[in-house]
Amino acid sequence: MSATWTVVLVVGAFTIAFKSAGPVLLGGRELPQPMVNAFGLLAPSLLAALVVTQAVGGKEAIVLDTRLVGVGVAAVAIRVRAP
Amino acid sequence: MLLNLRYLAISVAIAPAFTGSRLRRLVESQLIVDESWAVSQIGGGRIDRRVLIGAGLVLYPFWVGGTAVGALAGDVLGDPKRLGLDAALPGLFLALLATQVVNRRALLAAAAGGAIALVLLPVTPAGVPVIAAGAVCLAGLRRR
Repeated sequence: MSATWTVVLVVGAFTIAFKSAGPVLLGGRELPQPMVNAFGLLAPSLLAALVVTQAVGGKEAIVLDTRLVGVGVAAVAIRVRAP
Repeated sequence: MLLNLRYLAISVAIAPAFTGSRLRRLVESQLIVDESWAVSQIGGGRIDRRVLIGAGLVLYPFWVGGTAVGALAGDVLGDPKRLGLDAALPGLFLALLATQVVNRRALLAAAAGGAIALVLLPVTPAGVPVIAAGAVCLAGLRRR
C-alpha cells in the first residue's frame, strides 16, 4: 500500500472518530450552559477562518491572487441575494 | 488531520441533538460536514438534526462522487485555477458565514476568527489557523 493511501486511511479513521465523538459519547445529553454559550460562536469564527484560508491561503503563506476577485463577486452576490 | 480536529468541537457542540441508539448516532454523525452543520443552525450553536442529516445525505454522494471523478479524470479539466474554480470554496464558506452573522457577538467572533487565521496563515502549518480561530468561541464561555 502506498504512503498516500496510508495517510488517507489514517486521516479518514481519525475524522470518523472526531465526528462521532460527541453524538456517540454525549448524544442527547444537554451541555453545561457555559459550553452552550461558547459553541454559539463556533460557526461564525470557524467559517470566517475557512473563508480566509481558502481565499488567501498558500503553503504557509498569504497568497493574493484572482481568488480574491471571485470572493469579492461572491460577497456582492450574497449582498444582493442573487439569484 | 489537524484541520479536521474542528469536527471534534463541532460534534461535541451538537451532541445534544443526536438521540437514538449508539449505532444510529455513530452513523448519523458521519453526515456532519461544514456545510450541513452550517445550514442546520437554529441559533445559539444548536442545530436541527433533521436538516443536518438531509443536507448531509444530499451532499455526500456529490462529495464522494466528485472526488472520485476528480481523482480519475481530473486531468481532463486541466488546472482548476484557469477555470476560476479555486474561488468556489471561499465563496461557499462566505455564503455560509453570511447566514451565521446574526448579531454583534457573532460578527465579533467572525472578525476575530478571520483575523487570527490571517495572522497565523504565514507562520503555522496548515490547519492551525482554522483550529486557533475556532478557539475564539471560548471567549463566549462566561457571558451569553
